[in-house]
Amino acid sequence: MAVSRLFGASVKRREDPRLITGHGAYTDDMKLPGMAYLAILRSPYGHARIKRIDTSKAQQHPGVLAVYTGADLAGKLNPIPCAWLIPDSDLKTPPYPALASDTVRFTGDGVAMVVASSPYIARDALDLIEVDYEPLPVVTTQEQAAAPGAPQLHESAPGNLAFNWKFAGGDVDAAFRDAEVTVKQRFVQQRLIPNAMEPRGAVAQWTPGADEVTLWNTTQNPHIARFLLSVVAGIPENKIRVVARDVGGGFGSKIPFYAGEALTVFAARELGVPVKWIEDRRENYLATIHGRDQITDVELAAKRDGTITGLRVNALSNMGAYLSTAAPGVPTWLFALIVPGCYTIPAYSCDVKGYFTNTTPTDAYRGAGRPEASFLMERMVDLLAGELHMDPVEVRRKNFIPADAFPYTTVTTLTYDSGNYQQTLDKALEMVDYQGLRQQQQQMRQQGKYLGIGISSYVEVCGLAPSPAAGAMGFQGGLWEPATVRVLATGKVIVLTGTSPHGQGEETTFAQLVGEDLGVPVEDVDVIHGDTGAIPMGWGTYGSRSTAVGGTAIKKATIKVLEKAKKLAAHLLEAAPEDIVADHGRFYVQGSPAKSVTIQDIALQANLGWNLPKDMTPGLEESHFHDPTNFTYPFGTHICVVEVDADTGEVKIRRYVAVDDVGVVINPMIVDGQVHGGVAQGIGQALYEHAIYDEGGNLVTGSMLDYAVPNATQIPNIETARTETPCPHNLTGVKGVGETGTIASSQAVVNAVVDALSPLGIKHIDMPLTPERVWKTIQAAKASPTGAN
Amino acid sequence: MYSGDFAYYAPTSLGEMLTLLNNAKPEVKVLAGGQSLIPLLKLRLASPATLIDASQVPDLRMIADSGNTITLGAMTTYFQAIDSPLVQQRCPLIIQALRQVGDPQVRARGTIGGSLAHADPAGDLPAVAMALDAEIHAVSSNGERSIAAANFFTDVLTTALQPNEVLKSVSFTATDQPATGTAYVKHRHPASGYAVVGVAAVVRLGADGTCQEARVGITGAGAHAARARGVEQALAGKTLDEAALDAACASAADGLDLMSDTYASDEFRAHLTRVLAKRALAEAASRAHSQA
Ligand SMILES: Cc1cc2nc3c(=O)[nH]c(=O)nc-3n(C[C@H](O)[C@H](O)[C@H](O)COP(=O)(O)OP(=O)(O)OC[C@H]3O[C@@H](n4cnc5c(N)ncnc54)[C@H](O)[C@@H]3O)c2cc1C
Repeated sequence: MAVSRLFGASVKRREDPRLITGHGAYTDDMKLPGMAYLAILRSPYGHARIKRIDTSKAQQHPGVLAVYTGADLAGKLNPIPCAWLIPDSDLKTPPYPALASDTVRFTGDGVAMVVASSPYIARDALDLIEVDYEPLPVVTTQEQAAAPGAPQLHESAPGNLAFNWKFAGGDVDAAFRDAEVTVKQRFVQQRLIPNAMEPRGAVAQWTPGADEVTLWNTTQNPHIARFLLSVVAGIPENKIRVVARDVGGGFGSKIPFYAGEALTVFAARELGVPVKWIEDRRENYLATIHGRDQITDVELAAKRDGTITGLRVNALSNMGAYLSTAAPGVPTWLFALIVPGCYTIPAYSCDVKGYFTNTTPTDAYRGAGRPEASFLMERMVDLLAGELHMDPVEVRRKNFIPADAFPYTTVTTLTYDSGNYQQTLDKALEMVDYQGLRQQQQQMRQQGKYLGIGISSYVEVCGLAPSPAAGAMGFQGGLWEPATVRVLATGKVIVLTGTSPHGQGEETTFAQLVGEDLGVPVEDVDVIHGDTGAIPMGWGTYGSRSTAVGGTAIKKATIKVLEKAKKLAAHLLEAAPEDIVADHGRFYVQGSPAKSVTIQDIALQANLGWNLPKDMTPGLEESHFHDPTNFTYPFGTHICVVEVDADTGEVKIRRYVAVDDVGVVINPMIVDGQVHGGVAQGIGQALYEHAIYDEGGNLVTGSMLDYAVPNATQIPNIETARTETPCPHNLTGVKGVGETGTIASSQAVVNAVVDALSPLGIKHIDMPLTPERVWKTIQAAKASPTGAN
Repeated sequence: MYSGDFAYYAPTSLGEMLTLLNNAKPEVKVLAGGQSLIPLLKLRLASPATLIDASQVPDLRMIADSGNTITLGAMTTYFQAIDSPLVQQRCPLIIQALRQVGDPQVRARGTIGGSLAHADPAGDLPAVAMALDAEIHAVSSNGERSIAAANFFTDVLTTALQPNEVLKSVSFTATDQPATGTAYVKHRHPASGYAVVGVAAVVRLGADGTCQEARVGITGAGAHAARARGVEQALAGKTLDEAALDAACASAADGLDLMSDTYASDEFRAHLTRVLAKRALAEAASRAHSQA
């Protein structure tokens, strides 16, 4: 086999020179002649009746082109739909109007909008709109929403219940009846704010006469945006082009279709001028989705030797005021099926209730359900170890799905494709010198110091596909991907992908993939994404699916190109196609490499069409539509070592080791970057981040002054390593790495802190582990003869 | 985020600036480094009609030796102070604290005068001003006056400055005597970087190694920066061992008008004040020993 040059190399990200020199094409970079600017007036109340809106002063403000309220949308803009209709769960999808006309249901709910000649005038004019609100009682937590007599958000959802989704596999009751030991714990997955570097926005250009619209939008999935815009605005899908060339991060928050883009298109259509709407950071905090916000009550049944025999989960999820695009699928399918994690758990049940509250809607945030799942599983394993006075490593080893058991079908009916959980655990233990650390921990304890070691062994489900699974889960879309590989006359290559990278670096990795197979330099391959006008179809980038699904589609299209190239090479070399070998861009008859044609020669001939075999069509372009047969299942072990300052409650991360197996790696540097970013967000959840509402429904952590996104000084050096267990059901063997970091990390940190404080009898602390929380837990433990909790 | 409309002036002399302060359309605000004011404007928490940019006024920029004190002009940036050999030699506490302010961008723009005039309850420099018995020099069209730091900070974001006054400069008591050490210890807010609690300490030891004088400034915990006089008195004449520090610092939070927020309750702030006071004093004492 020839030595690979591109596949597996740490090629520098080709998108970066453009992005870091300020030459990206983000939505806010669009400047069109005669453009007007839209600003949205948002409710300052968590829940209120709108009694009167007077827009006259705003309308008269110089530079204002138009002011609209909810009433103006009637018949012109449909409610924003929910697109993950989970079956058998009594799902309620009350209408989510783009502007509220009678009731506002969260602080940030849109009430009116101004279109003006400058963004400053538009913003000033918002202050001139008079709204009389009649405040209504507010519920902000799922527990409040569930309580009898709670204020009701939607008539169609009695008891504020959005859905009740259930899963059961194996004999759970028997497992608990026969259990030698049980462990119970309540976990709070606090609400988080996604904080993409680029806030959301839209630019819409309506062409009167043609009645078509181009929407530049901060989206992770332009084709889904096109479809939903057509539903909301009543514009035929063929009259819509959605462009998302550069998008500055999303973490899931740019999957949904929002009121903002619908209103921008509405205004452009009404006024016949291009309209831009860009949210500021404060608006982003209020009006872009939040993540997590789930409370779980978990019970685990086991034998005294540490074998886990059963697991029961009751989850309460806070959906916010309305159901965002993918929201119902996150705390149900994406959470519940992967809860059993790396372990052979024979009996498991999960009951998830989603509640409406007067808060910003929640939806997918990096990991989407899977961080919640692996957090609770890995915390429970540690709690079981504590209960049995076993080493947490031993409990994991005891219950791991053995390496020879793959493909392995879990109690939740997922079929894990491949894995070797022991190996990543062993490697991580070796990297941290686990035995040495335990000794050091003993010594430090004698000096009154608190060192803790936290282990997290995770498996996740990603590479979102296959489409039939999407259908079975009620996702109102497919999960396949198209790809086109087009070789130009000069041998340069254009790749079209339906995935929509927004920071992950696929302009580089996809070029490596194609460059490797065609034997052209990476510079010769351009990856086009994020434009429904150029790309036939696509389901976008989320669920770590781009490379596993979109990359495989590209690989298959590339193979088709190679097949055609071989035929043409055979024709040019006057040989039989089956005798031709393709060797890094050179084509020759097996055994006679001296006489060859290059891919560039072939591209030229194919595109000229002067001398083709009789049955060959001109051009060198192939497409493939790929729908995988299964999800992919990356896994690994992360270990965090912390020291806790018992006097101040501060947690200092001493080491962080991440051993991941994400399948075959195309670009190690990009994979490391994804791990680093994911771990930073997981540490953020563990130690810092928390979106807090007060009783009136105001977002108290409404800016970066209060909401702590960790910066470089708050993140430790992350030591990464990998094992490589290929995905058996796609051609490249890749699995996905976009979310593993967040899925693996929070519980590694929490396990470490709890381990550090275990001599005080402390068993759990809810995230974020702020100094005050940690300190108070220590105080309570010291005051109580039996420990804190 | 866009501010409301305002008129903008950039006077080039102190006289011109004072006239504008008296005559421009109210409410008038001085713009220094803008690191506190501009965020307030963007959030529309402040909407002054007039901004007077102080950056072009030469009289507000200086760093001078003034005998027992050093004097910094109001428009001295944090970085200018940090880089000054005079400040390093005579008032290292200023540098110890300013190094912990915000991030490099904030330290490049933020000013000594702006920090004190803004009187953010979580600002770092106010604690230093308290511990170094600073004198704040204010000027208006009516003339100049000096205000002791102890009388300057009156409430949250509120000082003894009058609306028509400019903070011109600040004199800090030098600590370059023998056997004198200083330290600044801070619990950073994880989001803003501001002091949840910050403690500035000055310790001067006698020939016998006992504490001749301790001065402790506290920020973050209460509505405004304060001196922990109880701690200072308890330490006078004592050998600064663990037990003495513990005993003295037990009162570090006494008398503070404690604040409470989602990050730290009043109870936790009081606790942090006691812990950090002890740490700051221990560090200052250890420096004092090595200076002896
Ligand atoms: C991200 C960030 C992090 C920060 N972290 C910290 C931190 O950790 N610790 C900390 O202490 N601070 C922090 N700050 C605030 C910073 O120190 C500010 O620079 C300082 O508080 C104000 O100084 P300024 O020169 O920017 O003043 P400005 O913002 O320009 O002005 C502040 C106020 O003071 C008034 N004022 C300014 N100068 C004068 C004068 N000469 N006479 C009369 N009135 C005047 C202004 O009118 C205004 O009301 C942070 C700021 C940011 C943006």
